Amino acid sequence: MQSIISIKGIEKTYAGGFRALKGVDLDIRRGEIFALLGPNGAGKTTLISIICGLVNATAGSISVDGHDIVRNYRQARATIGLVPQELHTDAFERVRDTVAFSRGLFGHAPDAALVERILRDLTLWDKRDAQIKELSGGMKRRVMIAKALAHEPRILFLDEPTAGVDVELRRDMWGLVRALRDTGVTIILTTHYIEEAEEMADRVGVINNGELVLVEDTSALMKKLGTKELTVLLAEPLAALPPELADWRLELNADGRELRYVFDRHADRTGIPSLLARLRDLGIAFTDLNTRQSSLEDIFVSLVSDRRPA
Amino acid sequence: MNIQRINARGIWSIYRFEMHRFKRTLWTGLAVPVITTSLYFVVFGTAIGSRMTEINGIDYGSFIVPGLMMLSLFNESIFNASFGIHMPRFTGTIYELLSAPLSAFETVLGFVGAAATKATIVALVILLTANLFVDVRVEHPFLMFAYLVLVAVTFCLFGFIIGIWAKGFEQLQIIPLLIVTPLTFLGGAFYSIDMLPEPWRTITLFNPVVYLINGFRWTFFGTADVAVGISLAATAAFLLACLVAIWWIFRTGYRLKA
Ligand SMILES: Nc1ncnc2c1ncn2[C@@H]1O[C@H](COP(=O)(O)OP(=O)(O)OP(=O)(O)O)[C@@H](O)[C@H]1O
Ligand SMILES: [Mg+2]
Repeated sequence: MQSIISIKGIEKTYAGGFRALKGVDLDIRRGEIFALLGPNGAGKTTLISIICGLVNATAGSISVDGHDIVRNYRQARATIGLVPQELHTDAFERVRDTVAFSRGLFGHAPDAALVERILRDLTLWDKRDAQIKELSGGMKRRVMIAKALAHEPRILFLDEPTAGVDVELRRDMWGLVRALRDTGVTIILTTHYIEEAEEMADRVGVINNGELVLVEDTSALMKKLGTKELTVLLAEPLAALPPELADWRLELNADGRELRYVFDRHADRTGIPSLLARLRDLGIAFTDLNTRQSSLEDIFVSLVSDRRPA
Repeated sequence: MNIQRINARGIWSIYRFEMHRFKRTLWTGLAVPVITTSLYFVVFGTAIGSRMTEINGIDYGSFIVPGLMMLSLFNESIFNASFGIHMPRFTGTIYELLSAPLSAFETVLGFVGAAATKATIVALVILLTANLFVDVRVEHPFLMFAYLVLVAVTFCLFGFIIGIWAKGFEQLQIIPLLIVTPLTFLGGAFYSIDMLPEPWRTITLFNPVVYLINGFRWTFFGTADVAVGISLAATAAFLLACLVAIWWIFRTGYRLKA
């Protein structure tokens, strides 16, 4: 598939000497919704800021729709809309004016009808003549989205769009993101809500300590999510797994006091009844059974904790 | 529109945004120069002028008009331009300017153009106010206007640099208060440097503001303490220095980008 953003070997060392990005390679596909996940300070905002021209990279190159972001910055930036993580707005400007201003800044002719449509989509039309300082935090965030959409970008960056946003606005926002994707806009978002990435994104990238540790189709991740785990707490510890249990590929944990069995929850036959029957036949007594389902969160946490520097 | 070469709409948007900001404070913005000019005329024109009727054959009241205009022009230019660029840095809205398809030159043009427009308007308001007190003759009106715009643009560029350099709002005031205003008062805004005894006269010639004020005064009266060519050269040199500094700021992203 053709990539719309191509990131090669991007490194960022901040003035203080802190290495925020350690060689990131990533291709964003045209028309996809890509979710960038990672703990606080992972480097998500830094990466987005470099692509959008707010931060200079220390090394590496990025092209947007074939345009190098440094050499052909005009063409590269013209297609990008950015909604930053922090709320940065003017205070005294009126909502409608500030959106029109953003459109002009990107070199587009005024289009009152378009501005109206964007404001209506974001339920800001009633506030069109209000000064931004009169708006609530959630409304200000919507103003920032409206500003980013004002020049009809083909690529939209949403840096934690749902942080501090109520349930209704969150739902509206996702509706908007889907509608934009349907018109062919590529969307890159960061979030701390894993369900959000799960529900919205075509692909997920996990970044930690300035390194991209995983990029995968959300559906492939969902397959991993499909696994379930059964833990059998034994009454008496076992020294070794009896060969009669080899069919289930079990793990013996906790000094022989636990049997762990991982299975596919979508399979017609989980193998649990037969496993329990076999245990009984072998005279292995157990005191408790636990099942749990792994989530994207688990995968995320295990990836992140595996990579923590010692 | 084709923005491959120049993003004219982007420049115009910044210009309009800044002019809109000035419009919000239009009345104070215009009342201040009118009142200050009137005060200067009461103090200098009436109190002192009654003892010092003429300088180089020019009525004292008229003589101080170019100096008054320059003093305001310097302050307005520096203040408007520095505040204009400092504000987005302070509120964080600069993200949008940095992410827009605008060159450094275009961004500066928008901000400096608006600040220079306002500063020029204020200087002209001072000229009109002065006319209520004295009859000001302007020998070369077109040159006067051109010089006004040139100095306004130069000091707006200078203000733009201050706005990027400053770490806080108080720093915006430091250079105008500690350097520009004293240099203006000492630079013959209200007297002819020929009135000074040596060595002060010679020392004063190292004050760049002397050349700016005298160049401007020449457009009014056709005479000045220093040759108009030297004045123009000094102004152009300052303009060039500011342009180089701004070119460097955008090239390195100094205090604009991490
Ligand atoms: N201007 C800066 N100067 C120095 N260090 C910085 C700067 N901006 C960010 N950092 C550091 O770079 C690292 C990555 O920051 P970044 O904002 O990219 O993280 P993030 O993944 O967006 O985190 P969050 O989820 O909290 O938004 C952090 O350790 C941060 O302290
Ligand atoms: Mg962030």
